[in-house]
Amino acid sequence: MLEGYATAMPANAYNWIAVWRRNYLAWRKVAVASLLGNLADPMTNLFGLGFGLGAIVGRVEGTSYIAFLAAGMVATSAMTSATFETIYAASGRMNVQRTWQGMLCTQLTLGDILLGELAWAASKAVLAGTAIAIVAATLGYAAWSFLLYGLPAIALSGFVFASLAMVAVSLAPSHDYFVFYQTLIVTPMVFLCGAVFPVTQLPAALQDVAGLLPLTQSVDLIRPMMLGHEGGSAAFHIGALCLYAVLPFLLSAVLLRRRLMS
Amino acid sequence: MSSVALELSDVKKSYGQKAAINRLSFAVRPGECFGLLGPNGAGKSTIARMILGMVRPDAGKITVLGEPVPARARLARMRIGVVPQFDNLEPEFTVRENLLVFGRYFGMSERKIKAVAPELLDFARLEGKADARVRELSGGMKRRLTLARALINDPDLLVMDEPTTGLDPHARHLIWERLRVLLARGKTILLATHFMEEAERLCDRLCVLEYGRKIAEGEPHILIEREIGCDVVEIYGGDPQELCALIRPHARRVEISGETLFCYAPHPDQVSAKLHGRPGLRLLQRPPNLEDVFLRLTGREMEDA
Repeated sequence: MLEGYATAMPANAYNWIAVWRRNYLAWRKVAVASLLGNLADPMTNLFGLGFGLGAIVGRVEGTSYIAFLAAGMVATSAMTSATFETIYAASGRMNVQRTWQGMLCTQLTLGDILLGELAWAASKAVLAGTAIAIVAATLGYAAWSFLLYGLPAIALSGFVFASLAMVAVSLAPSHDYFVFYQTLIVTPMVFLCGAVFPVTQLPAALQDVAGLLPLTQSVDLIRPMMLGHEGGSAAFHIGALCLYAVLPFLLSAVLLRRRLMS
Repeated sequence: MSSVALELSDVKKSYGQKAAINRLSFAVRPGECFGLLGPNGAGKSTIARMILGMVRPDAGKITVLGEPVPARARLARMRIGVVPQFDNLEPEFTVRENLLVFGRYFGMSERKIKAVAPELLDFARLEGKADARVRELSGGMKRRLTLARALINDPDLLVMDEPTTGLDPHARHLIWERLRVLLARGKTILLATHFMEEAERLCDRLCVLEYGRKIAEGEPHILIEREIGCDVVEIYGGDPQELCALIRPHARRVEISGETLFCYAPHPDQVSAKLHGRPGLRLLQRPPNLEDVFLRLTGREMEDA
């Protein structure tokens, strides 16, 4: 029986690259439009909320509100871009365009395909998160050095949310259900996880819940780095994010194997 | 090379209560074109997916190119080319890019792919189309590109699921001609089709399927000779029941299918003589074919079965 699950796991450490490169080639043809589309939303949030609300709010956790928000927006945009890439684009390649069916006729396994898709979604998260970080650094709201060592944190966050979204894809009976994942899970996290205001503003019970959510881990990892603070608990957040990346990946592999290969 | 390219023995697969594949066994020799012939729902696509390791049989044994499947299906797939029933080319990519991307799935280097691509495009009669986007190609060209793509890894076995369904006659004949070239080069082909003419033209041997069961197996002309063995007169118009009674003495067998009467007669001229002068009747005399075999074995026509 266990041998049956081999098909759901990556066959080796490099097969996924072929899948990533396929998506990269497709993206390159529409790169400009894709970049504008992906970046307009977080930038609007950053400047709209940052300047508008920032004037009222004043300083938050010892920094200007817009600097506080910029870190939240880096994590949030990594989440939304990885989520959207997975629930709309990757699921389209699975169900509508039959791209995955073609891949499954080659020496790729389902696990190779999944890993390639998640890595690709993480790459798009890096693109979105980095663009905001560059803007923030240019305006003096973030340390330039963040662009160096913050990238792995954004990539890991992207992988986490791609992996979670892949579970949603594997459970949803049809694409009409994706909106529930988006509105009931992804959007609430923006407000629960300290992206736009500190978690300490929440009622105590909600604070405990918020502490478990992946976006909280991502925000708490990225914000100290961006603001140039000491982040004593970075190792803990990285560990938690790794769990959030690996466990949903395994779960979605098992669920999708049942759906695609029986 | 082993004497068997592909073997299924006693394979079973059920979905819920419904048996999709029922104790199916057959073996395909290297270099042979073996047909799986049956109406939609007979289990052809399920068999193709089993051979690729995408469907795990409930019981039975599958060996593909010496590898046990599904246990080592990935290794088998390295030497298989697939022409799927539904087009899954990349519509936004060029012809060349489609080959490049697919070659990478097999772990081929870009240099290797670029080295083999021109020959594949020549073979598929797509020379000069390398930089065209797939969405600009005709249906026949897309199918030929799918065929070229299936050959990128220089496979020993080709698995084809309805390769010419939906094509116009010209495009279809071109595909058949290309497949014969591949057979001449020693490739083994498993051809799933519900298209009798295709099976008759291409297959060295075939098995006829109904509801996941094998109901006949053999060389097409031998099957036809064994099951039918005489000319067929198709009779249109008139009351089939009445005509049936009239011609039965001159026929080996009579089948009614829809509004057509199929009369299997060793001496067709006797049948036409008997019906001569009856108004509104149209008679067509022809040699027997696989469609007749299927009708004989199942009592149903293939297309609307």
